[in-house]
Amino acid sequence: MNWSEFFHMGGYAFFVWTSYAITFAVIVANIILPILQRKKVIARIKRAIKREQIELNREST
Amino acid sequence: MWHWIQRFSSPKHFYVMSAPLIRWFSVSALLLGVYGLYLGLFVAPPDYQQGESYRIIFIHVPAAWMSMFVYMVMAVSSGIGIIWQIRLADMVAAASAPIGASFAFIALVTGSLWGKPMWGAYWVWDARLTSELILLFLYLGYMALQSAIEDQRSADKASGLLAIVGVVNIPIIHYSVVWWNTLHQGATITKFDKPSMHIDMLIPLLLMAVAFKLFYAAVVLVRTRNEALYRDRNRRWVRELVERL
Amino acid sequence: MLKAYYHLLIRDLRLALRSRHELANPLIFFVLVVTLFPLAVTPTPQALQTMAPGVIWVSALLAVLLSLDRLFKLDYEDGSLDQLMLSPNPLMILVLAKVTAHWLLTGLPLVIIAPLLGLFMSLPAEAVSVLIYSLLLGTPVLSLVGAIGVSLTVAVNRGGVLLSLIILPLYIPILIFGANAVDVAADGLPVTGQLLFLAAVLALALSLAPLATSVALRITASR
Repeated sequence: MNWSEFFHMGGYAFFVWTSYAITFAVIVANIILPILQRKKVIARIKRAIKREQIELNREST
Repeated sequence: MWHWIQRFSSPKHFYVMSAPLIRWFSVSALLLGVYGLYLGLFVAPPDYQQGESYRIIFIHVPAAWMSMFVYMVMAVSSGIGIIWQIRLADMVAAASAPIGASFAFIALVTGSLWGKPMWGAYWVWDARLTSELILLFLYLGYMALQSAIEDQRSADKASGLLAIVGVVNIPIIHYSVVWWNTLHQGATITKFDKPSMHIDMLIPLLLMAVAFKLFYAAVVLVRTRNEALYRDRNRRWVRELVERL
Repeated sequence: MLKAYYHLLIRDLRLALRSRHELANPLIFFVLVVTLFPLAVTPTPQALQTMAPGVIWVSALLAVLLSLDRLFKLDYEDGSLDQLMLSPNPLMILVLAKVTAHWLLTGLPLVIIAPLLGLFMSLPAEAVSVLIYSLLLGTPVLSLVGAIGVSLTVAVNRGGVLLSLIILPLYIPILIFGANAVDVAADGLPVTGQLLFLAAVLALALSLAPLATSVALRITASR
């Protein structure tokens, strides 16, 4: 099968490739979003640590 | 043995143990997925009835299977969390929900895009699509309830109970929809209802099914680790870990 | 145990009857919504008859859904729910009493007024009797399963839409078989299968729903 036939998918190109594209997008989202979520959680914890440090310093002075 | 289970199921222990597992799951998911797609798109012959459009099956069916599998995992983990108070189980349930919902969404969209060439319409109230749509609603209801309750423990238990009630209902819903559908559509027979599929089509399908499972395993581990970090954010093990990052 | 059931049932009925004007609301809603369809679509008898089972059943569903709030909300707000949960009587029995009261006040009136709506929607006589049977079997399930949903959301502010999102998928089998029973009866065909299914779901709900509801109450409503 040559490449142009492959992309044509026997006339069903739109249906097949849109399905695969949307699936790919959802899969990628399921990779990126948890990574972003992790970064947000860690950043939030770091901010909390910093805030507590500041309060401790303030109390000890 | 109880001590072993308790130690094993501590979020901290889980966090440490899961790191190499994520790498393993994601690499094998990628390899199997690429190979499965290669076989499915290039090697498998066109269907004599549907031509090339049937190739959507290689993502539609595994996604549908996964949407149901993940729901079962969600319900079982919720049960474990409620009965034995193992917090890790609650975290796994919460982490699984968006992934399962994504699979249900993929199943619906690809099913719709497959339906147009096969049945002539983008949406048909086919038994499977209808059941899948209701499953998506069940997922959304679970996620909505989780985020609506402020206290984490209550939220976990409440949405866990909802998941368990949903599991009891899924066979009832599925049966009702299938029955309803046979009344209204006559027998919508698709070639792939029958298990006798050409082996060249079956192998990529099974490979993709396994690849999707491994993908779910990798993603749920990442999300569960995030839950563990967030929920234990005031505990020492998290604080020490974050400071080292 | 039976005494506790009886007393709680009487208490709920008595409390509800004090605000008698509120009781009619789900009923009026039911009739109103059904009336909207001939106005919105077409009043020709054939079209109405086709729509009738679905329209009446969906409207009944929505009417019950809207009235579910009263099941636990008031008790939650004034602390009586906590008292009920502290009672030595099994919470399941108490829940069953409250659900019975709810059905008597909401579901049963819908069943009674259904023949009038059958008339509005040009349903033939055989279909009307099946409509009554299906609603009689179905509305208790709506109250029972609805109780699970309300108990999960009772502590959530503005939990009304969330409640619908949670419960409606669970209502779908009842809707399918209930509406279908009436539809098939309008064609003169037998409906024993559908009615038996509804009865089976009722039996299942009677045994499991109060349990799930009491578990949910202990999770969400105990402060």
